[in-house]
Amino acid sequence: MEYFIQQLINGITLGSIYGLIAIGYTMVYGIIGMINFAHGDIFMIGAFIALIAFILFGLTGVALPIILFLVLLIAMLFTACYGWTVEKLAYKPLRGSFRLAPLISALGMSIVLQNYVQVAQGARVKPLQPLISGGIEFFQNSEFVVTLSYLQIFIVILTIVLMTMFTFLITKTDLGRAQRACEQDRTMTALLGINVDRTISITFILGSSLASVAGMMFVLYYGVIDFYIGFLAGVKAFTAAVLGGIGSLPGAMLGGLLIGLIETMWSGYVSIEYKDVAAFSVLIITLIFFPTGFLGKPDIEKV
Amino acid sequence: MSSELRTIIKDSLFTGLISLALFGPIVGLKTSSKGAGLFVTPSWTPVIFLVSACIIGRFLIGLNSIRKKEIGFISKITSRVSNYMDNKGKHFAITGVLFAVVFPFLPFTDRYIMDVSIMILTYIMLGWGLNIVVGLAGLLDLGYVAFYAVGAYSYALIATTFGWSFWVCLPLAGLFAAFFGILLGFPVLRLRGDYLAIVTLGFGEIIRIILINWYEVTNGPDGITGIPRPTFFGLPFKKIVEDGENSFHTFFNLEYSTMHRIIFLYYLILFLALITNYFTLKIRKLPVGRAWEALREDEIACKSLGVNPTNTKLTAFAIGATFGGFAGAFFATRQAFVSPESFTFIESAIIVAIVVLGGMGSQTGVVLATIFLIGITEMFRDLEQYRMIAFGGAMVLIMVFKPKGILANRKPTITLREHNSK
Repeated sequence: MEYFIQQLINGITLGSIYGLIAIGYTMVYGIIGMINFAHGDIFMIGAFIALIAFILFGLTGVALPIILFLVLLIAMLFTACYGWTVEKLAYKPLRGSFRLAPLISALGMSIVLQNYVQVAQGARVKPLQPLISGGIEFFQNSEFVVTLSYLQIFIVILTIVLMTMFTFLITKTDLGRAQRACEQDRTMTALLGINVDRTISITFILGSSLASVAGMMFVLYYGVIDFYIGFLAGVKAFTAAVLGGIGSLPGAMLGGLLIGLIETMWSGYVSIEYKDVAAFSVLIITLIFFPTGFLGKPDIEKV
Repeated sequence: MSSELRTIIKDSLFTGLISLALFGPIVGLKTSSKGAGLFVTPSWTPVIFLVSACIIGRFLIGLNSIRKKEIGFISKITSRVSNYMDNKGKHFAITGVLFAVVFPFLPFTDRYIMDVSIMILTYIMLGWGLNIVVGLAGLLDLGYVAFYAVGAYSYALIATTFGWSFWVCLPLAGLFAAFFGILLGFPVLRLRGDYLAIVTLGFGEIIRIILINWYEVTNGPDGITGIPRPTFFGLPFKKIVEDGENSFHTFFNLEYSTMHRIIFLYYLILFLALITNYFTLKIRKLPVGRAWEALREDEIACKSLGVNPTNTKLTAFAIGATFGGFAGAFFATRQAFVSPESFTFIESAIIVAIVVLGGMGSQTGVVLATIFLIGITEMFRDLEQYRMIAFGGAMVLIMVFKPKGILANRKPTITLREHNSK
């Protein structure tokens, strides 16, 4: 039982990270109907920028909460530039091309980003000393002590705060309204005087900044990153987006939590070597048996 | 100063700002480990170069001096090549094959060139195999390397366990790969294009993870060693010959040379690749080949005309997988060693890139793309990392400027001509 609770806590933390990446997939899919294959690598770049910022601020000796806040802002800002540029260079010219063209272009972009970071930052893994340590311990009398670390609390609370802000942005502001309108009918939205190109750009910027927050959490949580982390995390987050129903924002978060839980439970109870197989199998099973996911709308193909 | 020029300058400066934000942290602040922790060493020179390159590039594009002429020039060349291939394709193909046949005996070919050629031919064969799936049937398969791996491992396991000869194991390897193709294809082929791509990617990774972890059979990350080398119809390429045994060089009364085996491997892969090509060219003209092309163009129309999309796609998938398996068997016998490292996602991406860059569906395009991607970049082997950046960049650029590939051959094999055309 104690072990289960521990895995539950770990799963929810991991799920928050996946959920934040998944939002980027789901929003881009909702608005332009493509799988942004490079999104996982945007997450990786976010993690690298956060790592560099942590090291730089670590030298100044500023208080930890301020460092966390500044790193968050810096990572979001710089990663958003990457998201924006990738969309402008690789996807925008391909709107209206045949369906697989953007996917192949995204694949190319993903290879470019991965190798670019490998060349610029080196292929070795990058460790970071734990910044937030300690935690609350439960069941101290039993054999297995359950720990809820402060870092986990920080990750979950930050996710909740960002999700609340983000939901507000999408449901209540003009920008969110324009974004949802573009999702439904791009031509009509353009006719009504909305700048569709700009809305799509902003979608990429938002998705990338959330991915960079996930990247920052990843650096803090695992304490070690390399240029290759984006691939697996990207596939898992995409699985989360599909599981929750692609195009649906609460779905992405829900899917993220589910994938996080499945992964930790699988590593805890079945086998740790095959934990990635669990994620991939969930992806395949979901796509085959219920491609609309939990909260998605059925996709009707029109002639 | 005209207002036009002012906007161009403004755009260029904006590009500079963005590129500074892009390259500043990642290129300019390099993290390196010293002792226990990480340190950041700033290096601003490359950043300055990159940013100024971006500004100048944007400025030139803004002046419109580059775009129309250069891009027009490139597409003119490719469309000319494409036209030429359409008209004279046959001559080109025959010349190419003849050249490939005499290639090992040309004066300038040495061991290194032969090795690279064998690698190129392996990729050509993989490209042709995948072309059936991607080019003809229009299914984006990002896990093709899984079938390559299945072929290589089944060859390795059968050959090391039972000691059967290459020509017995080869069909078995193909069969196993086809079986896996059907196993994967049956449930997933009703999915839409981009979902299919992701699912096949997942499948490829699952196969690789199983290969890494299933120690009892695959020997885990260490791989399988001591795979029998191929023999020339029963004659081994051995230097030291025991009594009563024949080796290739003793049988033909030749001086022993390691090149014999290399040349034999070269002809082996050439033969296998040409079979793949011949098969593809023939099957395109059969009903099933036509059904693939029709499905690629319009699935809904096919369904309403009574073509069973799942079964038709399944045949494409299985046949593509079979050729992947053959190539895998060849890979195993050439290396005499297989390990999961050779079957990562990037291999799949390279094969897909070859097919896509060559122009989906074009057999000659696959050859040109392979020679371009593998051959020319092989010369810059020291710049391996930059090679992959250029590689991904080429994928993006070709999609942006020529979404149909260098030699676009999406023309269906037959079309219904309009009544009054010509």
